[in-house]
Amino acid sequence: MKLRCCPLFQVAEITAHFDIRLLDAPFDPNAASDDLAASTPDAGAIATFIGKVRAGDTGVDAVQALELTHYEPLTLPGMKDLAVKADERFSLMGLVMLHRVGRLDPGDPIVCVSAASRHRRDAIEAVDFCMDHLKSAAWFWKRELRGGNWNWIEPREADHADLARWNPSA
Amino acid sequence: MAVTIHFLGPLRDVAGTESQSVEAPLDWAGLLSVVGADVAQQLTDERVNVACQGKVLTDKSRLLATDGDEIALLPPVSGG
Repeated sequence: MKLRCCPLFQVAEITAHFDIRLLDAPFDPNAASDDLAASTPDAGAIATFIGKVRAGDTGVDAVQALELTHYEPLTLPGMKDLAVKADERFSLMGLVMLHRVGRLDPGDPIVCVSAASRHRRDAIEAVDFCMDHLKSAAWFWKRELRGGNWNWIEPREADHADLARWNPSA
Repeated sequence: MAVTIHFLGPLRDVAGTESQSVEAPLDWAGLLSVVGADVAQQLTDERVNVACQGKVLTDKSRLLATDGDEIALLPPVSGG
């Protein structure tokens, strides 16, 4: 049993690996999913999504840095609630959700969501579900440095459409 | 004692500060009057949420913050 951070999961008898964290320094997303795989030997599927700051763009419009701000009393509790919802909705053996805050450079990982399940569909859909919610409903505000100027990233309609996929009747 | 107001995301730039301490108690009308006209205007946008003591208010106009409370003004979150 591996359980790092979630009191929510400690109340029940849990044999799953849950690791939900905010990080203020660069991290290795591959290590997180390797850790999940090592902790869930009975899983037949591990699905992992890694989001990172685009690197390699050149020219005046290239992203020079990304800054993520959050609100401590809401952001991590919100991520833990999301993990609970994903666990209720899909048959999971483990779930890793790591999200950066602070200033990031091109190439830096921003987010890693990795899910372990017996069969592939639950793992793949759980990752998709968590990412759609992290993108449009989690308490993060992002701004980009381009051409020496900081600009806040506005909400996008596409993100809300992505979220609506999970509640078609709403 | 006081109420602390935190300005999140782009509201930090509008307010020109990350946080502000004001006299308690503080209701919705009081909030609008202490944050400055530019932030107050943003607060009337229904997409801007208000949290008090770590809970997002379902009806921000019913805000009632008392001594020592922390309020957060939450603009729409960024997409990506």
